[in-house]
Amino acid sequence: MTRSIRDQTAIVGIGQTPLVSKGGLPEDELTLACLAISAAIDDAGVSPAEVDGLALFDMEAKREVEVARNLGLGDITFFAEVGYGGGAACGTVGHAAMAVAAGQCDVAVAWRARKRADKRTRVWSQSPKRLDDPDQWTRPAGLLRPVDEIAMLTRRYMHEYGVTREQLANVPLAFRRHANRNPKAAMYGRELDLETYLSARWISEPLCLYDNCLESDGALAVVVTSAERARDLPRKPVYVHAYAQGLPRQHQTMSSFFCEDPLRGPSHAAARRLWANSDFAPKDISCAQIYDAFSPLIPLSLEGYGFCERGEGAAFTEDGGLEWDRGRLPVNTSGGSLSEAYVHGFNHVLEAVRQLRGESTCQVPNASSCLVTSGECVPTSALVLRS
Amino acid sequence: METGWILPDLSSEVTRGFWDGCAAGELRIQTCGSCGAMRMPPRPMCPACRSVARDWKTVSGEGRIWSFVVAHPPLLPAYAEIAPYPVVTVALAEDPTIRIVGGLVGGPNLTADGVDPATIEIGDPVRVVFAQIEDVTVPRWTGPKWA
Repeated sequence: MTRSIRDQTAIVGIGQTPLVSKGGLPEDELTLACLAISAAIDDAGVSPAEVDGLALFDMEAKREVEVARNLGLGDITFFAEVGYGGGAACGTVGHAAMAVAAGQCDVAVAWRARKRADKRTRVWSQSPKRLDDPDQWTRPAGLLRPVDEIAMLTRRYMHEYGVTREQLANVPLAFRRHANRNPKAAMYGRELDLETYLSARWISEPLCLYDNCLESDGALAVVVTSAERARDLPRKPVYVHAYAQGLPRQHQTMSSFFCEDPLRGPSHAAARRLWANSDFAPKDISCAQIYDAFSPLIPLSLEGYGFCERGEGAAFTEDGGLEWDRGRLPVNTSGGSLSEAYVHGFNHVLEAVRQLRGESTCQVPNASSCLVTSGECVPTSALVLRS
Repeated sequence: METGWILPDLSSEVTRGFWDGCAAGELRIQTCGSCGAMRMPPRPMCPACRSVARDWKTVSGEGRIWSFVVAHPPLLPAYAEIAPYPVVTVALAEDPTIRIVGGLVGGPNLTADGVDPATIEIGDPVRVVFAQIEDVTVPRWTGPKWA
């Protein structure tokens, strides 16, 4: 028998707070986390006392103890943290699923809460003045922000494969179109066209304003339990079909231009394990929720997860290739990090669940499988979910 | 004097050879003391042979632009002052898989102002120059295009 957690667990509840960029939310991060988890527990139809597993992100302001005390959870027998910020969302769900499948807990919660709408909270603007970590090889040179590091990789990608700005624009334009059908998206009601994209201010050439994700306040959570238990709960189970993490050999976080093959990112490492553990191949996938802190991460991830060959990711986005109603692969159907909210990609997990329940505002007809990915360019994680 | 630039901590035994080299006007790349393989960024152990014996090799300081960005605000105040500014990743002449990041400078005073970003192309030849910020010497790059 093959070792795998295939379909042994399911996401049975989702919950979230409003996701707000402009002006932020009044609640602190812990309150937001508790509100999202509380909503997810109610959606699942379980009692707080039944929750005995917790999977959290690093960089979370408040941890398991505070969350458990506030929500009135029972005795917790599994808790674990996944690192690397944007790489962690699928990892927390994967940890929860593995723990349930292995019998370490029965009902696990994974969540992400963030307070990043306020400009003063930008991580890059709070760098120590003296560095003893690998950032010393980029910050003194003027690569201060994540966008500068991704721009360096993007310029090379465009050079090697003849990628144009018009192709990059397909990414934010498609996701904005999706956000305009999602009343809960931060950019709902604000259309974006190619002309506006091409004339937008630069942030780090070749990337402009619209290649950068939002910064948001908000929290989201999911409840994971066994497939057996899921069948007795009120919501349609969304099965955790396959899960993998990816930290490629000789990886250098966010500055892969130091690596031997800089355009072969963490997605390539995760994809190998993910598809090996999956009954689905890329061609079978109904839709995908792909981490999009910056628009070029979409073509890079499409290549990494095998939807096209290396160098073909930008062409894949052409002719509405990512759009919900006409795409080769509908991607980020709630608006993604670029137009729904940036919550370290946890909103991508919830949108996948909505698609597989048939509840998305950009519903893909008969969606039966969904790829969810976390950050490219950092140690990452990915899920295949199915109905 | 505090400049507002983000700089390396010079106290690490593992990385200091690079920064000491810059202060001496040389580009030094960490090598394995056992098998001789070059590696960047510096680290304690050689991933090829797992030796912790370390050495430094002075290289020519010549290379080609592998990629580049032009950074625009919002930036920290010290960086915003010179923005928009170009930053290049340079593939070294001795081994193009060894890459170093630095500001691209030109003109008589070797400043970011001396470079018109529209003239930068991947593959352009560059050579290292050095600039002092507080007590640290950092590598920067220039080339015949921006003399």
